[in-house]
Amino acid sequence: MARSLLEEAAHRLATRARWRPLEYVFWLAALASVWHGALHLPERYLILTEVAWLALFALSLDLILGYAGIISLGHAAFFGLGAYAAALLAKYGIVTEPVLALVVSGLIASVLGFATSFLVLRGSDLTRLMVTLGVALIMREIANQIPELTGGADGLQGVVIAPILGLFEFDIFGHVSYVYCLIVLFVLFLLARRIVYSPFGLSLRAVKGNPLRAASIGISVNARLVAIYTLSAFYAGVAGALLAQTQAFASLEVFSLERSADLLLVLIIGGTGYLYGGLIGALIFKLMQDWIANLTPQYWQFWIGLVLVLIVLVGRERIGQWTGGLWLLAERAFRRAAPGTASLAAPPGKGH
Amino acid sequence: MPVALETQGLVKHFGGIAAVNNVSLRIEKGARHALIGPNGAGKTTVINLLTGVLRPSSGRILLDGADVTALEAYKRVRRGLARTFQINQLFLDLTPLETVGLAISERMGAGNNWWRLVGTNPAVTAEIVEILGRFNLTDVMYERTGHLPYGKQRLLEIALAIACRPNVLLLDEPAAGVPEDERHEILATVAALPKDVTVLLIEHDMDLVFAFADRISVLVNGTLFVDGAPDEVARDPRVKAVYLGESLDA
Repeated sequence: MARSLLEEAAHRLATRARWRPLEYVFWLAALASVWHGALHLPERYLILTEVAWLALFALSLDLILGYAGIISLGHAAFFGLGAYAAALLAKYGIVTEPVLALVVSGLIASVLGFATSFLVLRGSDLTRLMVTLGVALIMREIANQIPELTGGADGLQGVVIAPILGLFEFDIFGHVSYVYCLIVLFVLFLLARRIVYSPFGLSLRAVKGNPLRAASIGISVNARLVAIYTLSAFYAGVAGALLAQTQAFASLEVFSLERSADLLLVLIIGGTGYLYGGLIGALIFKLMQDWIANLTPQYWQFWIGLVLVLIVLVGRERIGQWTGGLWLLAERAFRRAAPGTASLAAPPGKGH
Repeated sequence: MPVALETQGLVKHFGGIAAVNNVSLRIEKGARHALIGPNGAGKTTVINLLTGVLRPSSGRILLDGADVTALEAYKRVRRGLARTFQINQLFLDLTPLETVGLAISERMGAGNNWWRLVGTNPAVTAEIVEILGRFNLTDVMYERTGHLPYGKQRLLEIALAIACRPNVLLLDEPAAGVPEDERHEILATVAALPKDVTVLLIEHDMDLVFAFADRISVLVNGTLFVDGAPDEVARDPRVKAVYLGESLDA
């Protein structure tokens, strides 16, 4: 039956936002991992938990890098602040309920995000790399200089995390931790998904694509960048808070340059601008790290470095193309297996 | 006649060079005003000053009588000043549908909505379809802008400015680089612009200028040189001299 032009146009406008079959597969697999782990590999919960909060952290960077074109080498500033905030809130009994503490920690990180967003408005990618790196270094040094509050180089000890919602106690196997992180990741993913497919999200793509033109159709470029940077800091803060809550510990390492750099690596592996890049990248990165570390405990960074060089050399024009290709291939295969499903929207780097 | 857009003693220095020197323009409401001049005369700089991409070294810009000299570019758009670019400035990864939708959402104040999904606002969708239809872009509206033929991209440039529903429209060489066989489509589009929209056209093509404009200003070396009705300008020996490449001092 022929659709009217208006219906067709509305349908096409909503294409990007439509749930695709592979997305269901992805989240069902995530759900399945909860039971699979319980039955077969209880010791895998630790690494799965790390994957979950790293995925959320990478998602936060994807929001600014993939959607607004802001590159950062200091995203650990927000992650670390979230981690210390959560640890301190628990230690001093300010906010004991973990979910509420998570939100508060995220909000604290977003205040820092808002305050520093004005530093990344102008300037080239190089300027932004240096400015964000500088902010993270400053945060680390501040934490180092107030040991009476942060524990300094020894880290913040003696953190006890209360049961989630007063009901679910963190267990020593990490089962509760993993389910908790996964649920937080899923909820925040849904929120991010909603936002990037809103008019606001579309305007970010416009700003990223051509800020000059965006301003000349009435888009307030700076205000949009400040908004997404602040939101991204919230996400990073929540990710850091998840780390602190599941490990009942926070140390200066949460602010490290290595953490910010690893995060870029995660997005290079997973791709940017389609939300799943950080999630897939985090999974591949952690599994690879774990696998290589088991093979050659001393030299795992050598292999990670080699993989990075290979990925970049494989001829990707820009970040995101490679896994975009993988995602596209998987989607085609899926559609062949299950014909008649919804048409696919834009994979990263392939446009529409 | 009321004045839609006016500049008073506009000056822009780049380093030691005055790219625009003491330009005072008056563009009347509903006018079809052309700004012409040799390459490097400062025409595009004037447009960039008018739209707020550049800040003037001195002088004032009045839009509908209000001083907008210090106003940011996006705010001038909201006050009814839209432009096209000499070199396409489009969102290559988006479709024409999305591109025009951005401008319309922004104008309706819905562009900063975080929750509503794109495509769920019937008023926006209807207007996108109407505008793209008017600019003969319906058949390509679902394609990636970066894949469109150049002529279609030029049309989208104008459609996007019109989607801002401007009172004053600045057209920076709309037909630049368009192949001969696609040219008539652009020219027809420019000729068919709504009468209540004030248009300032920058153009090299004299046929287009004289067919379109009811008033012409000539800019040479950043200075306003001649300003008048088309036949006056055409008769002016100094303009002839400039366009024949002769030295003015001769």
